[in-house]
Amino acid sequence: MPRTDSVPALAAPGASVAVSVEGLVKRYDEVEAVRGIDFEVAAGEIFGFLGPNGAGKSTTINMLCTLVRPSAGAATVAGYDVVSERDDVRRNIGLVFQDTTLDGYLTAEQNLRLHAELYGVPRELVGERMRQVMEMVGLWERRGSLVNTFSGGMKRRLEIARGLLHSPRVLFLDEPTVGLDPQTRSSIWRYIRELKAREDITIFLTTHYMDEAEYCDRIAIMDQGRIIVLDTPQALKAKVGKDRVQIETDDDEAAIAALRERFGIEATVAEGAVTFGVPEGEQFVPRLFAELPVPIRSVSVARPSLDDVFMSYTGTTIRDAESTSTDRMRNVARMMGR
Amino acid sequence: MATRETPVQSAASPQRAPAPNGSSAAPAGTPHEIASVRVPTRSAGSELRAIKVVWKRELIRFSRDRLRILTSLMQPFLFLFVLGTGLSRLASAGTHGVNLRTFVYPGVLCMAVMFTAMFSAASLVWDREFGFLREMMVAPVRRSSLVLGKCFGGATVAGFQGVIVLCLAGLVGVPYNAGLIAEIFALQLLLAFAITAFGVMVAARITQMQSFMALMQMAIMPMYFLSGALFPVSGLPQWLEILNRLDPLTYAVDPMRRAVFAHLRISDAARHALDPGVTWWSWHVSSVVEAAVVALLGLAMLTIAIVEFGRAE
Repeated sequence: MPRTDSVPALAAPGASVAVSVEGLVKRYDEVEAVRGIDFEVAAGEIFGFLGPNGAGKSTTINMLCTLVRPSAGAATVAGYDVVSERDDVRRNIGLVFQDTTLDGYLTAEQNLRLHAELYGVPRELVGERMRQVMEMVGLWERRGSLVNTFSGGMKRRLEIARGLLHSPRVLFLDEPTVGLDPQTRSSIWRYIRELKAREDITIFLTTHYMDEAEYCDRIAIMDQGRIIVLDTPQALKAKVGKDRVQIETDDDEAAIAALRERFGIEATVAEGAVTFGVPEGEQFVPRLFAELPVPIRSVSVARPSLDDVFMSYTGTTIRDAESTSTDRMRNVARMMGR
Repeated sequence: MATRETPVQSAASPQRAPAPNGSSAAPAGTPHEIASVRVPTRSAGSELRAIKVVWKRELIRFSRDRLRILTSLMQPFLFLFVLGTGLSRLASAGTHGVNLRTFVYPGVLCMAVMFTAMFSAASLVWDREFGFLREMMVAPVRRSSLVLGKCFGGATVAGFQGVIVLCLAGLVGVPYNAGLIAEIFALQLLLAFAITAFGVMVAARITQMQSFMALMQMAIMPMYFLSGALFPVSGLPQWLEILNRLDPLTYAVDPMRRAVFAHLRISDAARHALDPGVTWWSWHVSSVVEAAVVALLGLAMLTIAIVEFGRAE
């Protein structure tokens, strides 16, 4: 039974809908990978699916991009039904999968040209559009290089460029930053946010990094085939609880006393710093500086982690969830003969 | 081969040419008008474009892989010049003065074509393993276009390999006669297509490279040895004759050999011994029927491949 009733699963009224999902189910023999989910994504939104591996995120994405047939329920993407209007859906979506789907023996440009031909991009627009998307991800200069010579981050960027080549209305990104180093991850995110500013596009992505979910307009947390909660990152974190603030002061005792008096906050000393929890740590810090009589040497604010969020809704940590769901996926894979 | 084509500007195109204000020359990061692309709905033209691009990809990849071109020529060379030369000392009595290398030439040509076609089809298994197949499968085109492009690509590449062997004809006593070359060329192209279709059909089901290669070896080697590529097809023990007639490759090798022998000046005895032609219950099967057998089998396998890929999620 989906627990989405108390949550804004529907896009704001009046906004045009890019993705609409109703009672979507995917069953592999005995295993239910997706167990009836409902949500809407508004046009122009960055929408994130967050959850451990094997939660059903990829299966959902695969159903939305017509690669997998739903067992029950319905979904439309860009206004087209994913089962009965498969081709129309495909023409209007861009895809970046978890694993690379580039041809390493072709050059970057050849990969993009091939894509343009498969998608029937008007010939007179191919050159211009190709240059645009490649410049956007900073690979125009490398267009003549074989893709096999690219690093993981470059390949991912090229795939994003390719996914955009035919101006899709919805771009699906399945774990766009998995397996990349932090620097590359943040550069990928820069492109994704730039994209939203430059192109009229809806972005639908999955991730299991909480810090990445931050960039989304709304996120849905998925576990064991169900959407557990769906909201803006701010609202989710506010629901989960408090940010952790740590300050280093010259006089910890005085600081703790002042916190109790002025803010009604119970602080303790942990890891050599005064530590306490507040709902919105970043907003709290300016007040702290203005009103705390004790000089502050340093301050750090930590957001609730994925584990905190996840645990508050499922009662288990994400790592435990991943180990059991990996077993489950293995069973699915075995049954499908892969 | 030209691997980077410039976009063709069709003068008759009703669509507008790229914006003349040089927006495409704007440096990265500068806001400029986005060239918005609208993907047209599916049409015969878009399917043809898809077939063509899948075909072209095969050619680009083949031309990149010089090593593969060389290694796949290795086997025909060994058979033709080493085995052919060595065995001819043993077999001279039975060949009525005909060079053994001339006799095995059609068979060796078929082998070169078969192996190249098989490797082309195998690339589909790699495509699946490396994910590229997914890029093609989600494109808004028919699966049949993808399969057709792949089969045409494999056939072209294998046909090219056949042409290289065809160039060697003179070295083994096969005359460079325009009609003969044309006939052999057409036959080997047909074979290349049929074998690629066979490989693609298998690749639709077999998803692991090791299994695919093992299966293809298991199919191709017996097919090759039973086909009469290396021996005349008359006067065989009955079990071998039955197997030979059931082997599809028989119907590719035999018309090629007939074509070659039709252009040789040899005794009737030699012709009778070396080029008896395939018979079905003592009925002489004509070259046209033989080619039709290969073509029909190829089409049947192509159809199965299309159905299989259409069904795959």
